[in-house]
Amino acid sequence: MVMADSFNFELVSPERLLLSGSVTAVVIPASEGEMTVMANHAPTMTTIQPGVVTVSFADGQTDRYVVFGGFADILPTGCTLLAESAVHIDEISRDDIAKRIEVARGELDAAPNDEHRASIERYIAQLGTVQGTILPA
Amino acid sequence: MPSLKDLKNRIASVKATQKITKAMKMVAAAKLRRAQEAAEAARPYSQRMSAVLANIAQAVGQDDTAPRLMTGTGKDDVHLLVVCTAERGLCGGFNSQIARLARDHTRKLLANGKTVKIICVGKKGFDILRREFASLIIDRVDLREVKKIGFTNADEIGRKVIALFDKGEFDVCTLFYSEFKSVIAQIPTAQQLIPASAGEAAEQSDAIYDYEPDAAAILGDLIPRNISVQIFRALLENVAGEMGAKMSAMDNATRNAGEMINKLTLSYNRQRQAQITKELIEIISGAEAL
Repeated sequence: MVMADSFNFELVSPERLLLSGSVTAVVIPASEGEMTVMANHAPTMTTIQPGVVTVSFADGQTDRYVVFGGFADILPTGCTLLAESAVHIDEISRDDIAKRIEVARGELDAAPNDEHRASIERYIAQLGTVQGTILPA
Repeated sequence: MPSLKDLKNRIASVKATQKITKAMKMVAAAKLRRAQEAAEAARPYSQRMSAVLANIAQAVGQDDTAPRLMTGTGKDDVHLLVVCTAERGLCGGFNSQIARLARDHTRKLLANGKTVKIICVGKKGFDILRREFASLIIDRVDLREVKKIGFTNADEIGRKVIALFDKGEFDVCTLFYSEFKSVIAQIPTAQQLIPASAGEAAEQSDAIYDYEPDAAAILGDLIPRNISVQIFRALLENVAGEMGAKMSAMDNATRNAGEMINKLTLSYNRQRQAQITKELIEIISGAEAL
C-alpha cells in the first residue's frame, strides 16, 4: 500500500488546543454528511454537527474525539477544526452526553421561535445518535 | 503615649495581618499561574477564529447577505455596555480602573444624548456602577460560584447579548475588561462587539473556498460564536489580571505591615529603655538621699 501523504491537523476547543500534528486522514462529521479529509483537499469551509472525529496518523494508529458542533477550515496544506466543545473518546461518559441533552431540553422550552426550536431538536437528536454510536449500552 | 502593653498588642495584630496578606499573596500567585495557563490555552482558538472570520467576511463582503450582527442596525442610539470585573476585592485598583473607564464612557454617551444600558459581569463592577447608574443596569451576571471559568459561562453571556440584539434593544455593544499585559500592568480596555469588526486584514490565502452550507449561513453561525469567544477571552484575561493585581497589592500590604512592625518595635524598645532608665534613676536618687 502506498503511504498516503500527511498534512497538518489541528483540533481546537475554546478552552485548549487538543491536538496538533501531522496526520494522513481525518473523518469529520460535517453538517451535510461525514467527510474524510486527506492531504491536498480542496479548500473547504464547513460547519460540523455533534459526532466523532477519527484521526489517522502516519504510523497507522487512529485516535477518536467527540466534538459538539463547530466548524472546520480545510486547506490543501492543513485542516483546522474549531469545535465548540471537544473531548477525547476515552474521557467521555454516557452521563456526560445525557447531561448535555438535558441542558438542550431545558433550552427547548425557552426557545423564542419555531426555527430555533427545530434547531435545538435536531441538536438533541444528533446527541442521541452520538450516544448510541460511541457508547453502546 | 501608648503604654507598653498597648504597643505589644498592636505589634501582635499587625503581625497577624501580615501573615494573612502573605498567605493571600501566595494564593494569588498560584492562581495567577493557572489563570495564565488557561488564557494561553484559549489563545489558539480565538486566533484561528479571527483568521477564519476575516476570510469568510471577505468572501461574503458587505452585501445584503451579511448578517445584521456584523453590519449593525445602521443606528447609533442605544448603547449596551458589558462591564466585566472581578467578584472579589483586595486587588488594588483593578476593579475601579475598569469601572472608571466604563463610567467615563457612559457619561460621554449620555452627554451626547444616547441611551445607555449596562450589563455587569462580576459583583465589584456592579457595586461601583450602581452608585451612579443604578437605573441603567439591566442585568448582572454572577460568577462567584464558578471555580474555573469555562466557555459555557461566556457563551451564556454571549447568548444574552445576542437575544437582546435580536429584540432590537440596542444598536452598539461594547465590552469592558482588563487586558493582562503583565503581573504589574493590567490595562482597562473597551472593545466593540456589535457591530462586529471583521478583524485584521485576512491572511494571504487566495484559495477559493467551497462552503458547506453556503458562506452566509456559516458566517451567520460564526459571528455569534465569535462574540462568545471574545467574551470568554475577556473573562480569562480578567481572571489573570485580577490575580496579578491581587498579588502585587498583597505584596505591598505585606511590605507595609513589615515596615509598621519595625516602627512599632522601635518605639516599644525605646519606651522599655526609658522605663528602665527611669526606674534606675529612682533607685539611685533614693539611695543618694539616705
